[in-house]
Parts: sequence; C-alpha cells; structure tokens
Amino acid sequence: MSLLTPDPGLVFWMSISFGIVLLILAKFAFPAIIKAVDKRTNYIEGSLKSAREANEELAKVKETGARILAEAHREQNAILKETARIKEEILQEAQLKASQETEKMIAEARKQINAEKDQVLRSIRSEVTIMSVNLTEKILREKLGNDKEQMNMIDRLLDEIEISKS
Amino acid sequence: MRQVLFLIVLFTFSIANYATGGENQDLNVSKTTVEEELNVKELILEHLADSYEWHLFNTKKNSVTIHLPVILYSKTSGWNIFLSSKLHNNDNNYKGFGIATEGKYKGKIVETSSSGEEVRPFDLSITKNAASLLLSSLILILIILGVSQSIKRDPLKPKKGFAGIMEMFIFMIVDEVIKPAIGEDYKRYSPYLLTLFFFIFFNNLLGLFPLFPGGANVTGNISVTLVLAIGTFLVINLTGSKKYYKDILWPDTPVWLKVPFPLMQIIELVGTLTKPFALMIRLFANIMAGHAIVLGLTSLVFVTVSLGSAINASMSVVSVIFTVFIDFVELLVAFIQAYVFTLLSSVFIGLAREEEPKNDKKELALEKLTEPVNHLEIKKEI
Repeated sequence: MSLLTPDPGLVFWMSISFGIVLLILAKFAFPAIIKAVDKRTNYIEGSLKSAREANEELAKVKETGARILAEAHREQNAILKETARIKEEILQEAQLKASQETEKMIAEARKQINAEKDQVLRSIRSEVTIMSVNLTEKILREKLGNDKEQMNMIDRLLDEIEISKS
Repeated sequence: MRQVLFLIVLFTFSIANYATGGENQDLNVSKTTVEEELNVKELILEHLADSYEWHLFNTKKNSVTIHLPVILYSKTSGWNIFLSSKLHNNDNNYKGFGIATEGKYKGKIVETSSSGEEVRPFDLSITKNAASLLLSSLILILIILGVSQSIKRDPLKPKKGFAGIMEMFIFMIVDEVIKPAIGEDYKRYSPYLLTLFFFIFFNNLLGLFPLFPGGANVTGNISVTLVLAIGTFLVINLTGSKKYYKDILWPDTPVWLKVPFPLMQIIELVGTLTKPFALMIRLFANIMAGHAIVLGLTSLVFVTVSLGSAINASMSVVSVIFTVFIDFVELLVAFIQAYVFTLLSSVFIGLAREEEPKNDKKELALEKLTEPVNHLEIKKEI
C-alpha cells in the first residue's frame, strides 16, 4: 500500500516546513505570548493583592476613625458633664456669695438703723429734757412766786432728804 | 499583503492551464457521466494519495489546475527540474520520466530505464501536499506572529477578538495539557508542543476546507505524521532524565532478564519506538479516514445516478445530510487529534523527565502493607 509508505520527498518538505515553523514560532511567537500573558497574570494578581491590601487598610482606617469618633464623643460627654457641674458650682457659689452679701448688707443696714435710732432717741430725749426743764422752770416760777411757798418747798425737800437718809 | 504576494509567486511557478484541462487524467467529477461508471475507490485513493498537480476546480469546459514543480534526481540524468504539466503530453513521458499508472509506484513519477524497468528516481518534487504544507506553514507563521505581536503590544490589556481566542487556545493547551503532564519544567517544552498543536490543528482544518488553499490530505499523509512523530521522539529522547535512560538500559528486573541476552533492553527500546509510532498512525489514520468518509458519502450522489432519478435524488439528500454531519464530526476530530497528539507528546515527555523517587519502591510497598496492620493494632489497644 503506497498510502502507508512514507515518501522521502514529502518527508523532506515536511521536515523543512515544520522545522521553519517550529524555529520561528518557538523562538519568536510562543515565548513572547506566554511571557506577555504571564506578565498580565502577575499584574492582575498584584493588582488584586494590592486592592485587597488597600481594602484592609481602609477597613483599618475606618475602624480607627470610628474609635477616634467614639473617643471624641465620650470626651465631649465628659466635658459637657464637667461644664454642667462647673456651672452648677458657679451658680451655687454665686448664690451663696449673693446671700452672704445680702446678709452683710442687711446687717449693715440694721446697724445703721440702730445707730440712727439711738441718735434720734438721744436727740428726742435731750429735746424732751430741755422741754421738761423749761416746763419745770415755768411751773416752778409760777408756783414759787412768793416766799412762803418757797420756804414750804424747801422744808419739804429737806424732809424728803432726811427720810431718804434715814 | 505578504500572503497575496506568496500566492502570486505560487501561481507563477505553476502555470494554471485552462487550455489543456480537457486532456487531464484527473478522475474528477465532470468525468462521471451515466455512460462511464465512477470508480469510487480510485477517486478516494487518488485524493488520499499525493499528486503532482493541484486541481482547483472545474469550469464547464476545463479543469483549473496548478501544476507544481517536479524536482528529481536520477542516477542516469542527474537533477531534473520541470513543471508537472510537461508530463501530460501525448505519451505521458518527459525526458524518460512518467507517472506510473500501475504497479508498486502507481501515481508516482518513475523513470523507465534502458532495460525497460521502472525505476523510482529520488523525488523531491513539490507535490500537492508539499505545496499545501509550505503554504499552510506560511499562513500559520503569519497568524501566530500576528497574534503574538498584538499581545506583545499591550500585554496588560486582555485581548478581544481573534487574538483573544488564540490566547485562550494557547493557554488552554498550556494550562490543561502541558503543565499537568510535564510539571514544573513545562516552560522549556511549551513552545515545541504549542507549535505541534497549532501545526496539526491548522493543517487538519485546512484539509477540511475543500477550496484552495485547503483540500489537501496533509495530516492524513503518513510522511507528515512521520516527521511529527520523529520530532516528538527526538524531544523525548534528547531531554530524558537519568532515570529514563537507566530504565531503558538497566531496568529494575531480575538480572537474568538483562544478561546475557538483553531481553528487557530490547523490550524497552521497542517501547520507546512504539510511542511515536502510535502517534504517527493515530493521526494519519484518523484524518485519512475522515477524508475517505467525506469523499465516499459525496460519491453516493454520483454512484446512484445509474439507479434512476428517484433513488438518485433521495440518495443525494441523504448524502448531503451525512456529509454535513461527518464534516462537523471531522471538525471535532481535527481538534481532538491535534489535542491528543499534543497531550500524548507532553505525557511522554513528562514520563521521560521523571526523576528517581526519593523512597525506594519496595519501601513504599512495605509501608503500604504495614499501615493497615498498625491501625488494627491501635484499635485493639483502644
């Protein structure tokens, strides 16, 4: 069967053409393709990896942010509380001071009032004294207009003194 | 552009003869008339065999044929180079060379010596298959180089369209065939194996395409598969590991099988030859059978002409349906055979590259034997 016997001429041409194809493709085409696609694969893998890392980083940053925010909230609350406390304190202090001041002022006023009252009383008393002396003088002058009566008077007074002495 | 130039070159060395077409000895379709019975076997065999001209198509009057150059070395007259159209003169003879019509060298050029004996000269003619090979090689080179250029231009961008398909193809072969079969050293072999795959696949497809430049039975020719198998044989045996050669020259068998009569060595050596031989026959037989089936089914139309128009018409329909079906199957086969050839080549290369395992086989076997016993003992203890 001629179909089953290789033909030297065709073997020759086949060797040449396959050899040339092999030489060119195996040297220039396939290594370049494999290299390029490997490069792309590496690039994609690298991109994926860095994206994952970036995601993780982002998550971390978010977490840190949340933590910082929570901290800030807590601090804010603390500060607000403190402020409220201080406000209260200041108010209390102010009230205390005010009442003290008031009391002081009242005491002062009372003192002054007392002093003025005393003075008024004193002046009233002296006025009254003067008036009574004047009245007494007028009465006495009226009563003791004659000698007899003067003498009676002197006697009586002397009696009185004596009684009081004894 | 370069392809077009090449086509022009091809046509210049092969004057397409419109005028002499009628005299051609081609067993072509136009010849089958009701009066002349079609010899299907001849037709198929002629297609499967090589020829010295490339029959393209028939017009109403003539057949258009590319006449290919014949290159011969004869012991008596030295080198002879001429176009095959010269052989088709009246006595089918040119300078003592003629195409044998019968006998051992049927269809080949023979030289009739002075004693009347037919001698086969050393034939380096660019036959139909050779021309098809050269042409398809060139197209393949251009295609793959184009793809590689387009991928190299912007390697970081995934490719679309044809380059994308080729990339997918290439990496399917690399990742699913070459890598698992060869292992870590696969990069060294992948250019050869990829070339092998695409060469076979492309020529298979071209063979299925009935018009020029396809239609030749290239990968269904044993000379072609022989060279491919030799290529794989060389790669296997030139890059084998120490263990591979040791297993051939001094296998792990009782000594009396190796000395004094080297029985095992002979068996192993035959084994190294049968691997590429199987590759050669598998590809050749599959593709040849495919071509034969397609031709046979197509011939149904012409064979049944003599049986009346009703049968002929119905058989024609059947023939077309079956031919289309088989053509689809052949598309599949074109891929599968290229795939299998590459797969087996990679597996053989991978086997030849296997290094000595660290544990001795006997130790491994012993371990396996003792393992279940140990388990049992442990269970008993529990």
